[in-house]
Formats: sequence, structure tokens, C-alpha cells
Amino acid sequence: MSDGVVSKVSVVRKALTGAQAAAEVMRQVEPDVVAAYPITPQTPIVQEFAQFVADGLVNTEMIQVESEHSALSAVVGAAMSGARAMTATSSQGLALMWEVVAIASSMRLPIVMNIVNRAISAPLNIHCDHSDAMAIRDLGWIMLFSENPQEVYHNNIVAFRIGEHPDVFLPVAVNQDGFITSHCVEAVDVFEDSFVKNFVGEYKAPYNILDFDNPISAGEWAMPSHYFEFRVDMKKAMDRSVGVIEKVFEEFYKETGVKMDFFEAYKTEDAEIVFVVMNSTAGTIRYVVDKLREKGKKVGVIKVRVYRPFVVEKFLELIPSAKFIAVMDRALSIGTTGSPLYQDITSGLFANKRIVLVNDYIYGLGGRDFTDDDAYEMYEHAEYSLKEGISGQIVYVGLNPNLLGR
Amino acid sequence: MATVDIKKFQVNLNPTWCPGCGDYGLLRGLQTALAKLDLDPSEIVIVSGIGCSSNLPHFIKAYGYHSLHGRALPTAQGVKMVNPRLTVIAAGGDGDGYGIGVGHLVHACRRNIDITYIVMDNQIYGLTTGQTSPTSDVGSKTKTSPDGNYEYPLNPILLAISSGATFVARTFSGEPEHMADIIVKAIQHKGFALIDDISPCVTYNKKNTYQWFKERVYKLEDIGHDPYDINQAIQRATEWEDKIPIGIFYINPDKPSYDQLDPVIREGGMFAKPEITEDEKKEILNQFL
Ligand SMILES: Cc1ncc(C[n+]2csc(CCOP(=O)(O)OP(=O)(O)O)c2C)c(N)n1
Ligand code: SF4
Repeated sequence: MSDGVVSKVSVVRKALTGAQAAAEVMRQVEPDVVAAYPITPQTPIVQEFAQFVADGLVNTEMIQVESEHSALSAVVGAAMSGARAMTATSSQGLALMWEVVAIASSMRLPIVMNIVNRAISAPLNIHCDHSDAMAIRDLGWIMLFSENPQEVYHNNIVAFRIGEHPDVFLPVAVNQDGFITSHCVEAVDVFEDSFVKNFVGEYKAPYNILDFDNPISAGEWAMPSHYFEFRVDMKKAMDRSVGVIEKVFEEFYKETGVKMDFFEAYKTEDAEIVFVVMNSTAGTIRYVVDKLREKGKKVGVIKVRVYRPFVVEKFLELIPSAKFIAVMDRALSIGTTGSPLYQDITSGLFANKRIVLVNDYIYGLGGRDFTDDDAYEMYEHAEYSLKEGISGQIVYVGLNPNLLGR
Repeated sequence: MATVDIKKFQVNLNPTWCPGCGDYGLLRGLQTALAKLDLDPSEIVIVSGIGCSSNLPHFIKAYGYHSLHGRALPTAQGVKMVNPRLTVIAAGGDGDGYGIGVGHLVHACRRNIDITYIVMDNQIYGLTTGQTSPTSDVGSKTKTSPDGNYEYPLNPILLAISSGATFVARTFSGEPEHMADIIVKAIQHKGFALIDDISPCVTYNKKNTYQWFKERVYKLEDIGHDPYDINQAIQRATEWEDKIPIGIFYINPDKPSYDQLDPVIREGGMFAKPEITEDEKKEILNQFL
């Protein structure tokens, strides 16, 4: 994990699932309040944490609320009363929370929430895709994505520093793939507790409705004369978060030797065909890129770590030779040209006057398996598209046409 | 029980419940009740939420819809309003109906709409593998309360009575025959009926087991309880832990149901509108010509 810099921090290697990795940071950070409601595949995070509370390992107020709407509402109430507060959810839980998701960011509360990504109903499905997270992408939350339990662990630590920075004061969602990451055990290097506590630091609330000496009103009306500015202020805070994230990543690297970036490029310097992927599928794609490189193919992959803010300029710097981008979306936008990641990338290319062909490869909806064979097929399709000058195609990977309706 | 034939309500599908789950008892009791009422599957709609218990519509022959967690009641009310001639049954678990969806319960009771709502109450979240629910006893150890639950449980019987439900009963999955008779009466009742069915979760609830209930349940009809007396009903509803009453707590035959008050539903709902005759059609058309 080191990269020139020798870590000053002592680490213990533990066998953890992604859910446990999230709970581990929660134990180390010891938030003041956690409120949550069980939902598959998020449940093991709060269950693990409930055990920490019961074992007296943390001094956290834990509330077993009756729904996700209540969970995030309780967390919002706690956060505006001066507490560091957290929750976690998946799919339908996040959908039910939506109203409060918007409140948390508009009220500028630096809450950290783990989202274990799962498909949304109907049909009922508990398996992984990114439709849940994509439905909150424009609400003013910083959104980090994690390839494996180790990244869940790192993302959770930096999340506090980013969201709680006075230049930002926005909530942060840490995403991981349902079951694939949340329930699979991997080796995770866990830092000593004191390091995490110090790195994250004391919580300084953006404001406190219980501060008698500095009385404020929270949740005010904003008439047409003021509402607009509130929204633009949020946007500017999100823009400022770019610099904050850079600094936090830099400091994290100096302290631990662990490199994090907005986009993580693999063999893209001279790549003509570039895959773009989020969360756990990144590992499969890197493996396939290696195999294709052995055959002399100029191919690489970009993994999106920081999805909001989506800093497309940083993305473009990483693909100087790209002629074709194969965007991989694990969510399907219905009623427009392409799905979320595709939209972010293509509008960024256009705004920066870069002409690159782009197809949108939709994969893994509702937990549909995505294998290395699928990746090779995708590559062949991309290569063919580049040769033929095809762009803007939406391609469904692993779709069974026999099951489609009319 | 052998007197009625429940075959017409059976499907060719094995329930996914754990062996011994209380929900099997409810399924049997419900099928028996529907047979006793001599209903046809085409006259019945079962709407559920999400949970082990909410898988019910898949295992019984009738119209069905497996909705969202906590949303069985509003969806069922939507169905009932379109076609009030149907027997509409809402079903789910205690987490579903008394937790995330409890707001809907209060309003369905208040509205007194003619629906039968069956809650398979196992005092735990079964589907998500065993967390504290709104009816978990104080002290219950679950995955989210490893040290024992210290929140007081909700009393569904009292809640339903005070919210305006006009038929409130408790059944026990260990007594499907007794249950079937109560379900028959609940469905025949004109107005909102709540049945809180004690349906033990044999996998995750290690406290409130069949044995635990068998030692405690008694039948309200055996002690001469008068369900038309709200005071008696409220008093019996407070009993738990040492002695647990099953049977009909409360019936209010006087309050009109929503269906009797609403001007459209009263006339039979939107599908019951009289056919327009050919002459009437011509007359309407002529107005535009
Ligand atoms: C909005 C939402 N939050 C959480 C869940 C996860 N979930 C599914 S069923 C359930 C509780 C199940 O308990 P209960 O309703 O008592 O039914 P049982 O499984 O015990 O029959 C939960 C929390 C969900 N499906 N939707
Ligand atoms: S987990 Fe409990 S409620 Fe669910 S099917 Fe098994 S016994 Fe029944």
C-alpha cells in the first residue's frame, strides 16, 4: 500500500467484509449519534455497530428508529444540535429517505452515511446495482465509491474531514456494492484507533440550534427573493470541496502512504480505448485490461472514486490518447440519451471541446453477474465501434433477449 | 376443520417460510375462513407489504399484490375504492404494520374502511434476520439490541380501538380453527377490522415461542367477555406477559364505514356506474353536433 511514502501509522490486518469495514471506522470515530433501520444488504453495518455499543466499545447514542425516513430525520436533528451523527441504508430505504436526503445537504449538515448499493423496486430485488445512489446524485451530497472493503475503510475516514470542513459543510455518502463488497471478507489494513481519531479530529458543528448565546432560526422560509441564492451557495460549497478533497487526500497520503484520487487511472496514458467503471467491477476490468495489453491492445480503465463532485477536467487529463470511451453504468436512466455516468462524461467532453467516441454499457442491473467474458465482449464491441466510428450507443451487457416483453 | 374444502385457495407453490413458522398457521386459518365464507378466489384481493409474512399473497389463490414495506394498507384502500364489491385483505408483519407503516394503520382505522387487516405479529423483523420490532418485549435480545430491548412495545389492540377501528381481534397461529372463525367474522364485519395474529418466528424470536404462548393464551369468549363494551375491551387489551387473551376484543356495529359514506363507493364504485344506453349516447353526441 505504500508508494514511496512510508506509513507512520501502525496497521493491523483484519479479515473484514465491506459492511464490517464501515462499522470499524464507526467504532474508531465514535460518532455521538447513530440512527438506523435495517435493510438488506446494509443491515450488517448497523448490527455490527449495535454490538460495539452493547459491548461498551463506543460511547454512542444509538436509536433503533421505525423507518429510514425517521433514521435520517433523527440524524439531522442530532447534527443540528451539535452532534456528529451517522446512518446507513440501501435501496428502498434511501428512496424513502429522499426527502430528508435533500434536507441534510440544504441544511448544510456534514452527516456521513454509508450506502450499500442495491437495485430499487419493482420488481423486488435485493442485489447490487447503483440505481439507489444515482437517485440522489444531484442533491448536494459528496459521493464516494469503494471498490472493496479496504476502500470502504479509507473512504469512511476521509469522509468526515471532507464534509466537516468549514469550506464545505455538506453530507457525504460512502457507497459500496451490495453483497459483492458488503458481505465478502477480504484483508483490510486497519489503522490504530488513535490515528483515526486524530485524523478525523474533534467535531465542530457548522451551527447549533441549542446554542443559547448565538441564537439562530433553522428551517426558515426562503421567498423567491432568497431561495435561489441558497441553492447556488450549496453548489459553490460543492465546487470548493474539490480543493478540500485534494488537501485531505494529500494529508492522508502523507500520514498513511495510501493514495486516493478523484479518478484512479490504470494504464490509460497511451490507451485508445478507455473503460470507466465504479465500485467492485473495477477489479474485473483491470484484470481484463492486463490480458488485453498482453495482446498488444491499447486499453486502460478509469475507476471513479469521487462521483460528486464530478471533476471532469481531472478525468480528461488522465486519458490523453483516448479515442473511444466505454462508460459502464450500473443504473439505467430511462427517458434520455444515456445513464448517469455517461451523461456526466459526455457533457464534460462537449464542454471541454474534446471529441471522443463514447458508448454507454449498461451492466449488472439487479445483481446480474458480470464476468471477465462479458468484459472481453464489451471490449470487442468497443473496438468495433471505434473502427466504424460508432458513438452514443446504449449497449446492454448480459441481457437475455428471450425474457424481454414487447 | 375438515368440514370445509380449502383446495380452491391452494396454489402449487411451497411457501418459503422456515419450517414451523407461525405464518403457516395463518395461511391455513385464512384459507379455511375464505372457504367457510364460500367466496371464490376471483372475489378476493390480498395486498401485502414487505417481510416474511408479506410473502403471503404468493401462497394463496386469490388476486394479490406484494407492495412496499409498510404500504399494504394504502394500496389495499386504493383497490377497495375502485371495486368495493371485492373482499379486500391487507396483510403483513408487525414491523411492516406497526412500525414503518403505522401511520397508515391509524388512518385506516379512523376512516373505518371495509378492509380486513391481518398482522402476523412475531415481535421481530424476520426477513431482515432478527432485529427489534415495535412489538418486541422489553428485555428481548435481538441483533440490534444485544443487551436487551429497553423500548416499550406498542399495543396494537389499544391503538386500533382508540384510532376508531370497529372490529379488533387477536388470533394465535397455534389455533388455526379458532382463528378461522374470527377471520370469518372480521370479513363479514362492515368496517375496518384488525386481526393481530400471534405468529411465532421460530428462527429469530427465542423468547416468544409457541410454548411460551401456549402457557399463556386464553380465549376471551371463555370468560364471557363482551366485545360490544369498549371499557371491557380496553381492559382486556392491556393484558400481556402472564395471561394473553385471544379472540374478539371489540366490535362497534354502529359506526358507518367509509364505503357507506362515500357517495361514489356507496353506489358501488366506479365500475358499478350504470351502462349508458344507445339512446343516451345519441343524445349526448347530439349536443356536440
Ligand atoms: C423502506 C424499507 N426499509 C427497510 C426494508 C427492509 N425490510 C424488509 S422486511 C423488514 C421488516 C420485516 O419485519 P416484519 O414486517 O415484522 O415482517 P416479518 O419478516 O417478521 O414477517 C425490513 C426492515 C424495506 N424492504 N424497505
Ligand atoms: S425467519 Fe421467522 S418469520 Fe421469517 S419465515 Fe422464518 S420463522 Fe417465519
